[in-house]
Amino acid sequence: MAIDLTPLNQIIEKWHNRKDFLIEILQDIQDKYNYLPADVLMELSKIIDIPLNQIYEVATYYKTFSLQPKGKHQINVCQGTACHIQGVTVILKALERELNIKVGETDKNLDFTLDTVRCIGCCGLAPVLTIGEDVHAKFNPSQVPRTIEKYRKMLRKRP
Amino acid sequence: MQKINIEDLAEIKEKTRETHFSTHDGLYRARVIVHMGTCGVSAGAEKILNAFQETIKEKNIKDVLLTTSGCAGFCCREPMITIENNGSPPVRYGDLTRKNVQQIIKEHLLGGHVVQDLLIPEDIPFFQRQVLIACRNRGLIDPEKIDEYIAKDGYTALAKVLTSMKPRDVIKEITASGLRGRGGGGFPAGVKWETCRKAGEERNEEKYVICNADEGDPGAFMDRNIIESDPHSVIEGMIIGAYAIGSRQGYIYIRKEYPLALKILNTALEQARNYGLLSKNILGSKFDFDIEVHRGAGAFVCGESTALMASLEGKAGIPRAKYIHTVEYGLWNKPSCLNNVETWANVPVIINKTSKWYTQIGTGDVSENPWGGSKGTKVFSLAGKVKNTGLIEVPMGITLKEIIYDIGGGIKDGKKFKCVQTGGPSGGVLPEKLLDLPVDFDSLTEAGSMMGSGGMIVGDEETCMVDMAKYFISFLQEESCGKCIPCREGLRCMLAILENITQGKGEEGDIDALKDLSRVMKQSSLCALGQSAPNPVLSSLNYFLDEYEKHIFEKKCPAGVCTALYEMYIDPELCTGCMVCARNCPVGAISGSKQKPHVIDTSQCIKCDVCYSLCKFNAIKKR
Repeated sequence: MAIDLTPLNQIIEKWHNRKDFLIEILQDIQDKYNYLPADVLMELSKIIDIPLNQIYEVATYYKTFSLQPKGKHQINVCQGTACHIQGVTVILKALERELNIKVGETDKNLDFTLDTVRCIGCCGLAPVLTIGEDVHAKFNPSQVPRTIEKYRKMLRKRP
Repeated sequence: MQKINIEDLAEIKEKTRETHFSTHDGLYRARVIVHMGTCGVSAGAEKILNAFQETIKEKNIKDVLLTTSGCAGFCCREPMITIENNGSPPVRYGDLTRKNVQQIIKEHLLGGHVVQDLLIPEDIPFFQRQVLIACRNRGLIDPEKIDEYIAKDGYTALAKVLTSMKPRDVIKEITASGLRGRGGGGFPAGVKWETCRKAGEERNEEKYVICNADEGDPGAFMDRNIIESDPHSVIEGMIIGAYAIGSRQGYIYIRKEYPLALKILNTALEQARNYGLLSKNILGSKFDFDIEVHRGAGAFVCGESTALMASLEGKAGIPRAKYIHTVEYGLWNKPSCLNNVETWANVPVIINKTSKWYTQIGTGDVSENPWGGSKGTKVFSLAGKVKNTGLIEVPMGITLKEIIYDIGGGIKDGKKFKCVQTGGPSGGVLPEKLLDLPVDFDSLTEAGSMMGSGGMIVGDEETCMVDMAKYFISFLQEESCGKCIPCREGLRCMLAILENITQGKGEEGDIDALKDLSRVMKQSSLCALGQSAPNPVLSSLNYFLDEYEKHIFEKKCPAGVCTALYEMYIDPELCTGCMVCARNCPVGAISGSKQKPHVIDTSQCIKCDVCYSLCKFNAIKKR
């Protein structure tokens, strides 16, 4: 199935077709398509006249971008110092066990992506993780099964 | 909205004080401020706001204004609110639930008594020891209403500069104030501005001012907080800087991980533009300047000036060697002046209150030499194992002990202090014997750490120093851009050695190898990331060598962090047989019958800490 390129054109227009906004454009593509589809990047390269290899360099350099589709629920476990010394590593392991995927992976139903994030700046509430837009503060490993189940339920409810 | 002139500022101030604040002659008897920074929202501030909205409507209270603001700095007590009454000192309430809201409305707003149980007293050291300059308006104004910033004398410094100061006077004033870059480097801001101005004039080129809001240090959230509470202070600082340097275009580079700060910043810029505080003929003068926002996409090294500028140009953020400085050849090869959020936020206050006032705060003497001292305040994010976590602004020269024990309230859960980490991945750990060290740029660097951007993380007896070093090295290894060999390969080797040590495979000679690698990296890495990367290792080796030796020679982790080097057990004296651990163990390694002490089968245990975090009787131990 061909990818709909209408959003791409809107995004490029929003950023005034400017080459120095490449990173912004890619972030909007990532948000819209949930990843950076190859077809979209090829089209982008033609429209704003940046060689595909340069786009590829940027797309693979920054942590935000993914060339693979991501899950419907994006879990980001904070790796800040405060979270680290308050035991975020064991939470990460517990999530890996619960979801049966490793850090950086997406499950095969594209339900969850488990990732780490550098520091979301909620150090006073460590350890912290985000699932989509929700911030879960003062988390501990025993809360993992219950929390994930909540999000699984949300997926089941979706049409 | 109409464009405003300098005379309009006073009028807006007067009007806003009547309509947005609670003053004697204003419209409102009281003003309830719900603190909705990222941390407040995570702790449930939205529910509190809703509860207030509902009850105020239900009880038909007309003379109370409900509003929101950024964080008030006391993260561990979120959700928090502040109530202002007819201009009397504000009252703060913390750790709120929906139920408390009813109580506060009934007793405080309607009854006129302060609710003592929920009160956070103003006279506790957490507030008393702080001096607010960069955070002057935190928790007091709505960051999305420019009028409230103006009501707190906002943009008067800009007016002063435009009407009565020449660009060179502004630079002189900033140099005289001794303001040094708050992003970590500590470079005197005035000197930087002057160099940038000169470079532009000599070559007759356009100049740029840039605000670094790519706060990548893990454990640091000062810049997020300043933007979320008071974005106009940063914008005003940048406009003043642009005027002094002679720049017409500014950029703010902000990390994507701060969605709320980004939203607030964009709103603030829009409002400033509508008032004519940005774009053409600012405040009716002949000066033009505008600011563009770029989002970072998750690369730590983009906090480094050359990498940041590459990223602004839409490229991969890879640093270059800095024998040519960015103030001369920066963004698009033009003179570019980069300062971080906190530095910019200091500028309007210095202009308004003069450099003479500013130099009274802090250490050393900057009258001859701008490097001669550390003036003003520094914002720190105090986190980790202290009782009071939050964002604090303290005068330079305060000791670590005062920060940790007075402001931080000491170590939580009755544990023992072990270390304080400052400066993020480029900084180091400091032990108990250095707690009397004054906090300023030079003392911290001398002790093997650095001020950095202001992360301050306290560790207790359960913090493993080898693990901490490994944590930072692994962070840096992932974030190294890979351009130069010492950083790329050095970090990889260091990480491998530290991994071995924490897994019980440490060998004699490992410590020497770490030191050797450190020396090479410090001397030959291309940018500050690689040059400062060995600091976490060197400082922990320096102050906590015995812990490394225990890991390497005795194969023990005294802090109980390195999973390969301890085992879990249940203290039969303390175990009550409540069975919570046995029911929740994911691998079924715990057995025992009701009301009898349980045991852990160490051959099955995966050290997931579930039982450890659940046991209410502290019966689960590590050895």
